[in-house]
Amino acid sequence: MAEIALHNVVKNYGKLEVVHGINLNIEHNEFVVLVGPSGCGKSTTLRMIAGLEEISDGTISIGSEIVNELPPRKRNISMVFQNYALYPHMSVRDNLGFGLKIAKQAPDVIEERVREAADVLGLGDLMDRTPAELSGGQRQRVAMGRAIVRNPQAFLFDEPLSNLDAKLRVQMRTEIKKLHQKVKTTVVYVTHDQVEAMTLADRIVVMKDGYIEQVGSPMEVFNHPVNTFVASFIGSPPMNLIPGAIDGDNIRFSDGAHISVPTRLKDKVRNGQEIIFGFRPDDLTPVGHGINESGQQAPMKLVITLAELLGTETILYTQIAGQEILGKMFDPRDIHPGEELNMNLSLDKAHLFDGATGKSVRLD
Amino acid sequence: MNSALKKRIGNVLSWVMTFLLMLVICVPGLWVVLTAFRPNSEVLAKPAVWIPQNFNLNNFAKIFGFGAEQVAIPVPAYFTNSLIIALTSTAIALLIGMSGGYAFARYRFRFKNGLFLGLMLSRTVPGIALSLPVFMIWSRIGLIDAKLGLIIVYVALNVPFTVWLIDGFFRQIPKEMSEAAQVDGCTRWEAFWKIEFPLAKSGIASAGIFAFLTSWNEYALASQLTRSTDSKTLPVGLMDFTAQFTIDWAGMSAMAVIIIIPALVLTFLVQKHLIAGLTFGGVKG
Repeated sequence: MAEIALHNVVKNYGKLEVVHGINLNIEHNEFVVLVGPSGCGKSTTLRMIAGLEEISDGTISIGSEIVNELPPRKRNISMVFQNYALYPHMSVRDNLGFGLKIAKQAPDVIEERVREAADVLGLGDLMDRTPAELSGGQRQRVAMGRAIVRNPQAFLFDEPLSNLDAKLRVQMRTEIKKLHQKVKTTVVYVTHDQVEAMTLADRIVVMKDGYIEQVGSPMEVFNHPVNTFVASFIGSPPMNLIPGAIDGDNIRFSDGAHISVPTRLKDKVRNGQEIIFGFRPDDLTPVGHGINESGQQAPMKLVITLAELLGTETILYTQIAGQEILGKMFDPRDIHPGEELNMNLSLDKAHLFDGATGKSVRLD
Repeated sequence: MNSALKKRIGNVLSWVMTFLLMLVICVPGLWVVLTAFRPNSEVLAKPAVWIPQNFNLNNFAKIFGFGAEQVAIPVPAYFTNSLIIALTSTAIALLIGMSGGYAFARYRFRFKNGLFLGLMLSRTVPGIALSLPVFMIWSRIGLIDAKLGLIIVYVALNVPFTVWLIDGFFRQIPKEMSEAAQVDGCTRWEAFWKIEFPLAKSGIASAGIFAFLTSWNEYALASQLTRSTDSKTLPVGLMDFTAQFTIDWAGMSAMAVIIIIPALVLTFLVQKHLIAGLTFGGVKG
């Protein structure tokens, strides 16, 4: 159990800087997810915390100790790798006990701890198998067992679920969450999957191009994205973003169509300002099929080009200002392409981003 | 012709071809082995005795200096020389091959590709082409007729190959294995010995057998660089059986068998190792 602090951390590969002076404080027992598209520096950041990459500048501390110069083995952390990295020439038992054996623990202590970890993860029957004889999910569990058996200060997960099929991924996601509740240790978890980030994290760190874009709880990041990148990255299907300009009390789009500026954001914009109007598909719904039907609404008639039935809801594809826009229909009925629907756009949760910087106008 | 008959004829033809091919490959070797167990008189008999009449170990006793009849060829000395030279040069080539292969597989450094290419290109020069310069240098520094001289030559001959082969095996081992071990508490060195080395073992073993066989069987360079029982190896010693007017075929064959046996044993040992192979189950492929 420890807090982890990154202070102005920079990573260069030769002249190429891939992480640009990031700052982050991770609390005791907190589950923090670093999320972002590939190449955003999230794995590099995690590997710097683990000590597998040198830090070019800045400091990283685990507990109260600055660990910049410490090799991985002295950082008292454990890590689960994307490809599991189990030792193929050892049985599950030896894989689990390897770290303790290296630490020269007594055999009975090792046996005891390995058994405990195996019980937590349900590995009891697999102890004498080698990794080659395990399924993907079982290997994943062994990798996690190897991490918990040493009782480290922090767990680092590097995209641990990306090699699993969709069903198993959901199952293992739950197991990781449960494991965290059970062992109560600081966790830093890297993923490119925003669903994983939303479901697992106490706090999400959204990264892009070596910078931290936003840090916040899943609800904060989802409901109050600081810029268009976070807005479009978090949430599935992604937020609709339409460029336009402020024209008095309205937002005017390129094709001349307009809707009212959301009341709560009126004093954040000035007349003539180029903006990007953003709203989640959940907020554009056929009349009578929405979840946010009170409050400020913008009614409109839209032609549906495609409908994807998901069961409890249907995703509707339509066009606004010449751009493909997604809406949702809750409690759905059959929709045929070409059908024109009366729809409501709820403006209470809509977002406005500055057209030039992409930053949310809420922050000005 | 119906298709069943066609198939049968095809089958028979392929067997005949296989038989002829195997005959070409196997008969010389088989003949050496047969000759090794027969007396010279039978070997040289005219008309030829195709089916061995006399089978004994006299030739072996003779060349190793047991029994009544002895040959004046110091086979035990040659055998010891061969063993020392082949084993030492193999061990050194493996050590260099392991460090080099690991470095090429794991680290990024300046001139890496150039160096690797250079190593490979050195293999394109036939060893014998280097014999004159090597001879001249060795004679200046007193390495002619010394085991050390031959050991150095064989190390140089083997290193490019061992580096290349072992590099390939280390490349197959994901670097996350070593990283996982380091996070688990190992130093880099421990991670290598406890995780990466055991996984690359079969590759290292096969590099070892190739290096050993190269050194064990090499004749051309050894014949130039050795003079006496101090350094002569078994293949060079084979020529001792040829005198001005006679060739002791039976003795020569017995010695050839002595040369073949260790190579054969080693190959079988390693082959088993290679077939057993390693399944990289620790990583999702």
